[in-house]
Amino acid sequence: MSLASTFYNTLVKRNSVFVPAIFTGAFAFSIGFDLGITKLWDTWNKGKQWKDIRARYVEEQ
Amino acid sequence: MLARLPAGALKNVAALSGARSTSLNAARSLPRVRFASSSASSSSAFESFTNSRVTLASATLLTVGSIAWYANLYGTLPFIGEVHANSPAEEGLHPAQYPWSHGGLLDSFDHASIRRGYQVYREVCAACHSLDRIAWRNLVGVSHTVDEVKAMAEEVEYEDGPNDQGEMFQRPGKLSDYLPPPYPNEEAARASNQGALPPDLSLIVKARHGGADYIFSLLTGYRDPPAGFEIREGMNYNPYFPGNAISMARVLFDGLVEYDDGTPATTSQMAKDVVTFLNWAAEPEHDERKKAGLKAVILFSALTAISLYVKRHKWSIIKSRKIQYNPPSSH
Repeated sequence: MSLASTFYNTLVKRNSVFVPAIFTGAFAFSIGFDLGITKLWDTWNKGKQWKDIRARYVEEQ
Repeated sequence: MLARLPAGALKNVAALSGARSTSLNAARSLPRVRFASSSASSSSAFESFTNSRVTLASATLLTVGSIAWYANLYGTLPFIGEVHANSPAEEGLHPAQYPWSHGGLLDSFDHASIRRGYQVYREVCAACHSLDRIAWRNLVGVSHTVDEVKAMAEEVEYEDGPNDQGEMFQRPGKLSDYLPPPYPNEEAARASNQGALPPDLSLIVKARHGGADYIFSLLTGYRDPPAGFEIREGMNYNPYFPGNAISMARVLFDGLVEYDDGTPATTSQMAKDVVTFLNWAAEPEHDERKKAGLKAVILFSALTAISLYVKRHKWSIIKSRKIQYNPPSSH
């Protein structure tokens, strides 16, 4: 069975599977995309953000 | 505008529009002008190009558009001279473009610089300039920890009330209080500064042409006036300030503040830090905005690519089909 027909048979065939698959897919993508962008952002701006210099000033109780 | 076009251009339009009622093709094929150097076939193609109304309209549009664009860009019409009483230098020098740590499309603010800049603001600028759109709480998680900000706020007395006796009272500051202004009102500020009002610095980076570059240049640009430049008592010469005479004297000198992270407090370092701080004060959303912008560019370009692909996919049947007409053989 080809990849496309596997995809169709497991996810698209039944609406009761298709709609939750879209919802969970969107949820997982948004979290993953956000994590990836944050990683890129933090690498690009290494040492400049507050969380990078916070340890110098915070006093532990 | 139209007077600059050769008379033939307009005549041809008139001829064309008159001839349209009878026969457009006939009017086109009539040789109006013969160019000796051009052969017959290329001359007719050239002629139909020069005589077409589309050419006339687009040439007109190009001329009007370029003049409008020039006027919009430089504020004057091209090739028409103007006489100014003052030199461009008196409008204020254009600041150089500096490589700000937050200048790039993906660059966040340098928060260590914001922290140093706050120190410069507090110790130097705050003597005259208010920052009344920034509350103590805004500094938390940006340049200071919550304990540090609470301690700083408590050093300032704020009027609160009324209490249950109906009277106002003084209390130490809280996180929700705004940074204290140096003067109670504008009149007091003017009276203390020979009539000049020190502007509020909350949005000053957005409010000045040239932004951060301009303010950095202004702070570091004080120098002796050139020979022949009259400067009134109490004013200071600064080439970057429009009019070149500014009420604020030079305030930043090497070693004026002592940074707690050991950075040497040179004039330019302090100016850079305080401008970064003021840039944050004007755009506190800056870091989140750039991050969201990066996400938006990625997502919207992916969605655009998908929709273009789907359009091509759906239209491929219509675009690639062939319609054939076979005339009846009896004719």
